[in-house]
Amino acid sequence: MLSIEVLQDQNHSILLLEGEIDASNSIQLDESIRSLADNGAQSILVDGSKLEYISSAGLGVFMSYLEDFQENGISLKIYSLTPRVLEVFKILGLDQLISIFPDKTTALRED
Amino acid sequence: MQHKIQIACRTTALADLRAFLQDTLEKLDIAAKDRHQVTLAVEEVCANLIIHSHQCNEQNHINLEVQDFPDKLVFEIKDKGQAFNLLDYEVPDLKKVISEKRKGGLGIILVKKIMDEIEFESKQGTNICRLIKRFRS
Repeated sequence: MLSIEVLQDQNHSILLLEGEIDASNSIQLDESIRSLADNGAQSILVDGSKLEYISSAGLGVFMSYLEDFQENGISLKIYSLTPRVLEVFKILGLDQLISIFPDKTTALRED
Repeated sequence: MQHKIQIACRTTALADLRAFLQDTLEKLDIAAKDRHQVTLAVEEVCANLIIHSHQCNEQNHINLEVQDFPDKLVFEIKDKGQAFNLLDYEVPDLKKVISEKRKGGLGIILVKKIMDEIEFESKQGTNICRLIKRFRS
């Protein structure tokens, strides 16, 4: 089960992910990010505090936007990942490619 | 004690697979971090089979058996689809995954990083993939 809530905080769009992301529902994440970008979002923050599990299907979604967002000046930051979800990013070295922060405050501080 | 599950080839069955693995590995006293990682690796292989070998045909099935030994766990995954040998699959470069905007390919990297050994055999229409995780006893 995955639920995605979209919140607006000043100039930031926050995606609050709750539950588990796998091959059955990663399209939900893809559509949420796509829709924010299509609607002109310049800063997307992903709150991972309630994300319990992510498989490569979900990681692949984040990876697929890296280049486009870099070209179009859209910022994508992930914060508050639980240790075991963060570990999955680390196994693949994605923590070096995607901006990941311990919490929202740190994510907002760094540009 | 035997630990087996059969799932239909639909992606929503992956949640059942995870629940089975969590339950089984907890009984086998595997540490939480290892439980999570081997569950992920087994799921990645099954997701590949469901999507690529079986095109999500729910009439088809995958059988998983967890075998526990004092120093290792063996996950035996059987199916009757088009053989997909992980060992033949060239692991894509991360940069290539990004530039081609591929949403796949990462799963196999995870499996190879998490598991210690991968075996594959295919005979008489049945494919067997064995994922082996070693633990220091």
